[in-house]
Amino acid sequence: MKKFVLFIVLGVMVISFTACTKAPTNPVIRLSTTTSVNDSGLMSYLQPVFEKDTGYTLEITSAGTGAAIEKGRTGDADVLLVHAKASEEEFIGEGYGEERVPFMFNFFVVVGPESDPAGVKNAATAADAFKAIVDAGQAFVSRGDDSGTNKAELKIWKALEIDPVGQEWYISAGDTMGKTLTMADELQAYTFSDKATYLAHDNDLALLLEETDDMKNTYAMIAITSARWEDTNYEGALAFIKWMTSNKASKMIAEFGVDKYGEQLFFNLDQ
Amino acid sequence: METIRQIFDLLFGVNPELRQIIWVTLRMSFFSTLISSVIGIPLGVLIGSNQFKGKRLLNRILSTLMGLPPVVAGLIVFLFLSRSGPLGTLKLLYSVTAMVIAQVVLITPIMTGLTANLISIKAPLIRETAAGIALTPLKRMLFTIYEVRVQLISTILVGFGRAIAEVGAVQMVGGNVQFKTRVMTTAIMMQTNMGHFEFAIALGIVLLLIAFLINSLVNRIQDRQIT
Repeated sequence: MKKFVLFIVLGVMVISFTACTKAPTNPVIRLSTTTSVNDSGLMSYLQPVFEKDTGYTLEITSAGTGAAIEKGRTGDADVLLVHAKASEEEFIGEGYGEERVPFMFNFFVVVGPESDPAGVKNAATAADAFKAIVDAGQAFVSRGDDSGTNKAELKIWKALEIDPVGQEWYISAGDTMGKTLTMADELQAYTFSDKATYLAHDNDLALLLEETDDMKNTYAMIAITSARWEDTNYEGALAFIKWMTSNKASKMIAEFGVDKYGEQLFFNLDQ
Repeated sequence: METIRQIFDLLFGVNPELRQIIWVTLRMSFFSTLISSVIGIPLGVLIGSNQFKGKRLLNRILSTLMGLPPVVAGLIVFLFLSRSGPLGTLKLLYSVTAMVIAQVVLITPIMTGLTANLISIKAPLIRETAAGIALTPLKRMLFTIYEVRVQLISTILVGFGRAIAEVGAVQMVGGNVQFKTRVMTTAIMMQTNMGHFEFAIALGIVLLLIAFLINSLVNRIQDRQIT
């Protein structure tokens, strides 16, 4: 009896293991995207229409950019939708994808306490804003998680030749945009966010700076090549990219957020 | 292999970050365990040694609190310490103190419950002995604690284990802030979220080794108490 039970248990374990390593069948497309995109609600808005138009089923996972791209390396995604150009190009250079398809953009924003002690409102660029924050001795909360937003933020510090890591006023959260905004709200400190998540998030922070050249944030899609992972749904990925760059999708993207926030949250690249 | 070298380098190399995280972890766990024990053990002794009206209800509440989900405890403490909360002016959010508070909320019921259980078994015997010597209530409590000190050490280790393994509540009220409130568990969570699985597992192994070392040390002390 004992041996029989053991055999069944082992059998179940082996079967579930092989099921895990088996690739999904063609109608399912695994999209790996970032928390900034997902938390804005854009994907849940587009998903039902995409699925109805194409007959594919979209399985969406979101994580910080680093983890989102990593899913492409480990074969756990068919298509990526991220916003970190350098990391994307590195990914393609390693042979995991053939090309990046940039298709939409929005802007990062600098948010902070209503009182704005550093005078960020008067800055012309994000770099000026960051410098003002440091000069005024104000606290700055960072994603600190290697995400697309974090990388964009670090690029600005680099341009200023300031190394914020380890400094007293630099609070590195290592967390999602939502949690980072909560932290900035609690501490009434400044932070760098994408506009969509900021608007969708419940906080007492004021929007102090937006739409400067150094805060442009471009989103791109990458289909994972079957050269590295032969089980990936390459056709599905291409179908997704084709639909997302179609006129219909462009129109939907341009309309997203207008009735709720009175403005577009994402802009199409060819506009 | 590369990850093992990375971990070694972080533990013994020039970059102090991992050592600092370990230090914060130990500091927080130590204080959480200490405070929970100081409150929980005497309370447990009182409950375990005495019969009183409402004891059954109290035990039921205690049992429920022992199963309090860490994320709920974390949320409650967060709301108390938040800017808009009653204790907001203390500005304790995102500090090690906040993490200790949340852990004390979680671990004290466990210490109380385990101690009460332990004492109720030994209580009759102790009462006999204590009656024979005519001790004051306070002295009787200290005598009780002394009599079960070996088992209490194990109980304290359970509390410590809970403290060092806690991640939900500690992430919420501590915020996992680099160099300030980042502990081993929240660091592992963060690395996992970033997709650095190997590194996260390696950190997990380091945490287990530390817990093992501390358990071994305390067990030595325990053994000396037995003989």
